Amino acid sequence: MTITEKILAAHCDRGQVRPGELIEAEIDVIMCNDVTTPPAISMLVERGMDRVFDPDRIVVTPDHFVPNKDIKSAQLAKRLRNWVNRHGIRNYYEVGTHGICHAILPEQGHVLPGTTVICGDSHTCTHGALGAFATGVGSTDLAAAIYSGRLWFKVPESIKFVINGNLQEGVYSKDIILQIIDRIGVDGALYKAMEFTGPTIENLSVEARMTITNMAVEAGAKSGIVPADDRTIEYVRARTDRDFQIFHSDQDAEYAQIVEIDVSDLEPIVAFPHLPSNGHPISEIEEIKIDQAYLGSCTNGRIEDLRVAARILKGRRVAPGVRMIVVPATTRVWRQALQEGLLEVFSEAGCAISTPTCGACLGGYMGILAEGERCISSTNRNFVGRMGHPESEVYLASPATVAASAIKGTITDPREFL
Amino acid sequence: MRGFAHVYRRTHINTDEIIPARYLNTDDEVQLARHVMEDIDPDFVKRVKPGNFIVAADDFGCGSSREHAIWALRGAGIKAVIANSFARIFFRNAINNGFLAIECRGIADKVSDGDELEIALRDGIINNLSRNEHYRFTPIPDFALKIMEAGGLLNHIKEGSKFSSG
Repeated sequence: MTITEKILAAHCDRGQVRPGELIEAEIDVIMCNDVTTPPAISMLVERGMDRVFDPDRIVVTPDHFVPNKDIKSAQLAKRLRNWVNRHGIRNYYEVGTHGICHAILPEQGHVLPGTTVICGDSHTCTHGALGAFATGVGSTDLAAAIYSGRLWFKVPESIKFVINGNLQEGVYSKDIILQIIDRIGVDGALYKAMEFTGPTIENLSVEARMTITNMAVEAGAKSGIVPADDRTIEYVRARTDRDFQIFHSDQDAEYAQIVEIDVSDLEPIVAFPHLPSNGHPISEIEEIKIDQAYLGSCTNGRIEDLRVAARILKGRRVAPGVRMIVVPATTRVWRQALQEGLLEVFSEAGCAISTPTCGACLGGYMGILAEGERCISSTNRNFVGRMGHPESEVYLASPATVAASAIKGTITDPREFL
Repeated sequence: MRGFAHVYRRTHINTDEIIPARYLNTDDEVQLARHVMEDIDPDFVKRVKPGNFIVAADDFGCGSSREHAIWALRGAGIKAVIANSFARIFFRNAINNGFLAIECRGIADKVSDGDELEIALRDGIINNLSRNEHYRFTPIPDFALKIMEAGGLLNHIKEGSKFSSG
């Protein structure tokens, strides 16, 4: 069996599961945010099912539209908070301690290797970076899991990615995943689990791995996973003393496909509008002027991402006519950036710095684009209208490419500044 | 079940296009329906009539997990989406809501805007009444039919838990 099959088997009391099999699996972590959870709560209340199977398996953080962006989103956040209070849910991160759910859960030690994690958000696949089975669901699924602690799944086939080679300076895990999606397409892993292995992955930090698993859904995948290793254990042990079990794929595990990629010659990649699969190596890009540079999101808003960008921006200025917006992914990241002097670097460079929020990544607020405007962004989606006006454009890239582009005012190879 | 088709031949229509995030500050179906398909087809809300179908190409509903996409379509009166293929979470949300998402390979190239279609669910066939053509679709799995018959996953679970608690 693959690691994914083993985790699912262990969560439905079976010795073995096979791809295509329908199972009902126990859910260890149910993550709740301010957009998709309030409808789930309403569904349960309307049916007389307002029950929480196990409050301690639920972790709640408002993130999409907080601090509340308008009256309607304030109502959503209030419905979420009322429900938390009504059921005595202890794991609640109120504004001021909050963060983007996919960043704050691993950071605060809620995600363990070998567990199952769901959330009403497609980027839940992020948590696979810790060797967990994690998948995004809708509000009804969320409601079902809140109520029963279980959820139906079709066991996915797996695609194994073997990544070899040392990354050049200025090239990051974001460039690896953009390259993979460019290669297999936005439905290249439809319904499947993407298993990321190989020496390059093993050499990445846990945070850098999260950038890769985060975007598994952009290839259509159900989940992305990196087998837990010493780095994972060290990361988790620094945050919690709870027990966990580590699973590994068998030598003879069956895969739908095995894809080998050598990244020794990989350049920074930029995904052009309007699909994450429109990747272009930076050396082949002609001059593209930008209006905004966005650093943040569950893909690339963690402390390592901020450090990379600050290293490039230190002592330099954002180009005239460009707005650079920095959104640390969690409150802890924000504070750490403050303590390390990164916020000062950003501020001196002319960046606007926000409190943690999903914000403009999904076109919510805090950096919406006008008609015809162009943004280089460390986020995960560049769909039509994703960050604002349907006639605006989003280019996806690493934090380093975002910072370098902000300085030049055009999409720029970060290696010019390293 | 009969209805007229709105056809979208573009692949990878994502849930941001079906219902943009700027409207996710509500989960009210009526309010969501006012903006359904807004970023891909601003006039759709003016043309759509209760009982209509959407016919689409590959990977319909990719991207965000927002179930609001289903609610916005349903709120606008769409009775079914028939596509070459669906993105995973959209398909799952459709089953969980008892909303018809039918996978029918190649349908986007066979049907024209305004064609009248008849879905023969049990036979697994879509009849194009305007063209007198018939298309076979991927059968809906049994468990999904059961969920749909119960009126969605939560009703299904509620019924189940009643049985188990005797």
